[in-house]
Amino acid sequence: MKYSLKEKENRSVLRQGIIDGIPIGLGYFAVAFSLGVAARSEGVTPLQGFIASLLCNTSTGEHAVFTLMGINAAFIEVALVTLIANARYLLMSFAMSQRTDPKTSLLHRMGMSFFITDEIFGISVARQGYLNPLYTYGAALVAAPCWATGTALGIIAGSALPLRVVSALGVALYGMFIAIIIPPAKKDKIVLLMVLLSFGASYAASVLPVVRDISEGTRTIILTVVLSAAAALIFPKKTEGEGKK
Amino acid sequence: MKNFIYIFIMAAVTYLIRVLPMTIFKKPIKSRFVQSFLYYVPYVTIAVMTFPAIIHATQSPISGGIALCVGIIAALLGAGLFPVAVICCAVVFAVEFFI
Repeated sequence: MKYSLKEKENRSVLRQGIIDGIPIGLGYFAVAFSLGVAARSEGVTPLQGFIASLLCNTSTGEHAVFTLMGINAAFIEVALVTLIANARYLLMSFAMSQRTDPKTSLLHRMGMSFFITDEIFGISVARQGYLNPLYTYGAALVAAPCWATGTALGIIAGSALPLRVVSALGVALYGMFIAIIIPPAKKDKIVLLMVLLSFGASYAASVLPVVRDISEGTRTIILTVVLSAAAALIFPKKTEGEGKK
Repeated sequence: MKNFIYIFIMAAVTYLIRVLPMTIFKKPIKSRFVQSFLYYVPYVTIAVMTFPAIIHATQSPISGGIALCVGIIAALLGAGLFPVAVICCAVVFAVEFFI
């Protein structure tokens, strides 16, 4: 059996995506589990939780909508709340589109879009050059089922899993985030500065009155836009063409 | 049954948000500002999502804080995504034995 160079590259990219998807999956499982525990109290069944998570892949949106289910909200309200809770994916989709080869087929674009979560987006765009759809699929292949089963199990098991285990699994996600941002920060001092500023601004936003009452997802998008725009104005990149670095 | 309609609405709205920019804005943007902006977006988003969330994700802020520091050191030393993630989990698991 001979594989072309392209196929060989695709296989290794897919494998890399799967490996990088493992910590995301662990983190998702823990977060989804706690989402499930909360959904249970709103009367969501395990099947509903499983399907919702499989179709939506969004902690903020799902959490908001599960709460609405509990109070029998109007459909239009569900649509609006989903829109607000998930508005940041617009920005991510836009950024991801710029990192995707214009030659990438519509089908792949539609496929990749389905898995634009904070985390999968993060690891995808942190890669060099044009994005290979298989990397995103690889990560989603592990992460998405963890998300869906975590939600269902959370609803079924409630608080049966020891808290310490959930607590430990919960940081897998952040550990992975750290591993994404630290190496570029080591190389590019401006990225380092932005990371530190982001930590500070994010902390400030979580404690300051009024600002802290804004939902976490919305705070993330506001801080991202403000800080990235400021950085782009003050420290524009010299590169041209498709380029990151 | 009504819950499934809720889920369907949520899924449709969420997918539209994700798929529209990706399928509409296909052409590369030449603007240096937009390029620079998009260069910084992932790092800023990820940093914002990491802190202070990591210290709230654990049962005690101390274990999350230690996991953050150890994770940064491990990443500085060249550990990849999965190793750093596992190290952070192990740190939390170990630290929470003592507190």
